[in-house]
Amino acid sequence: MRIKNHPILDFARDREITFYYNGQEIAAYPGETIASALHAAGIRKLSTSSKHHRPRGFFCAIGNCSSCFMVVDGEPNVKTCVVEVEEGMVVEEQEGRGDLSEKM
Amino acid sequence: MKKCDLAIVGGGPAGLAAAIKAHELGLKDIYLLERDNFLGGQLVKQTHQFFGSHKQFAGTRGIDIAEIFKEKLAKREEIKVLKGAVAQGYYEDDVLGYSYNNSFYKLKPKRTILATGASEKMLAFPNNDLPGIYGAGAVQTLMNQYGIIPGEDILMVGAGNIGLIVAYQLLQAGVKVKAVIEATGSIGGYAVHASKIRRAGIPILTNHTIREAKGKEEVEGAVIQELDDDWQLVAGTARELAVDTICLAVGLTPKVDLAIQAGCQMAYVAELGGDVPVRDDCLQTSNPRVYIAGDSAGIEEATAAILEGELAAINVAQDILSDRKELIAEDKTTREKLKALRKGPVGEHVRKGLNKVRRNEDAGKDRYSRSWKG
Repeated sequence: MRIKNHPILDFARDREITFYYNGQEIAAYPGETIASALHAAGIRKLSTSSKHHRPRGFFCAIGNCSSCFMVVDGEPNVKTCVVEVEEGMVVEEQEGRGDLSEKM
Repeated sequence: MKKCDLAIVGGGPAGLAAAIKAHELGLKDIYLLERDNFLGGQLVKQTHQFFGSHKQFAGTRGIDIAEIFKEKLAKREEIKVLKGAVAQGYYEDDVLGYSYNNSFYKLKPKRTILATGASEKMLAFPNNDLPGIYGAGAVQTLMNQYGIIPGEDILMVGAGNIGLIVAYQLLQAGVKVKAVIEATGSIGGYAVHASKIRRAGIPILTNHTIREAKGKEEVEGAVIQELDDDWQLVAGTARELAVDTICLAVGLTPKVDLAIQAGCQMAYVAELGGDVPVRDDCLQTSNPRVYIAGDSAGIEEATAAILEGELAAINVAQDILSDRKELIAEDKTTREKLKALRKGPVGEHVRKGLNKVRRNEDAGKDRYSRSWKG
């Protein structure tokens, strides 16, 4: 959920953009990270762990912990907590370790 | 491969202060590498007002301090500021590798200041990997930088300053904080923060720990339990709180990967948050080309990081330029400011930690009489 009234901060949200999460259309604002825009839409599970297939969300939000990896425009292991969302971006939940072989 | 006088890794308070100070003192060929596409590091999410003895910034909010630094930096166009540049490795021949715009670059700096900050600590309990469990810093980022709340009902674990401040910021954002729990018998943070939380009717439960998180796909609850003075669970006191979010404010640990790669001698110092480089009073590590500043040198707060960044820059200027009188004087006054900041009961654990990590034979000496050769 997005904060609308805050005693100290103002959040500029002039222009709405659209991106895709597992095929579903999601609204976001420029400057938001992929993970934060998903959070605003109520989506907190971003991937599943490689061994026990447990759900994963982000933990650190600053690109340290690698818990937020998703497949973005076909590229796996994107740190969605620091990469900004863009118009038309295709974001998918990641299953375990990302496969880089297709990219190479 | 490019050469330069000084490379600074990290554009948070320590790195920004170092870049501005080094340029002010006459160094021209400076690179500042910042992995994010914005400067300020963790200041950009700190909406609370700073206090402490560093007159310059007491009463100012972290977000505003970041702006002040950015303005100062923008006036110094000679500094090469690379946003989105990720330092990838520090090699044996003192080459710093970094990626930038999908390419890999190599830099050979005469001196490097590592100001890489810290990461949040985790806590071990069943289901601690569920979505909905965050570091306190992550919650600050989500709320204060992006304007999005992490959930509706929160349990805060840890009653140090970060736990208390973030709990209060959650209230400001309209989130319900069910409780703040603290494993020790006392509240670690300042009384001024604790009383704000209490006035809002939120219980601060000391001698309480988290047993487990409940939920399948994400957090649906948290089980907490009382601890006795020997840290043992008190039977029959376990209870479940209906929360969808658990926030861990259990400390930070310095990010020292590059220092290890640079061959810096390391020491484990609990008071400073973990493994840190051994350094002298001028913040020079055992690799004479490498200095360390800010949280990556030991967990403190932003005012200390700023002063450390400046101190490292002053000493780099002395290494590279000359031993000008004003540099020697500035080195002395900056060290005195740091000392003043760390005095009193609040700075006690930092002082204790620094005594363990500093080469004792160099304590209090200036750079010309110390044993560390650079």
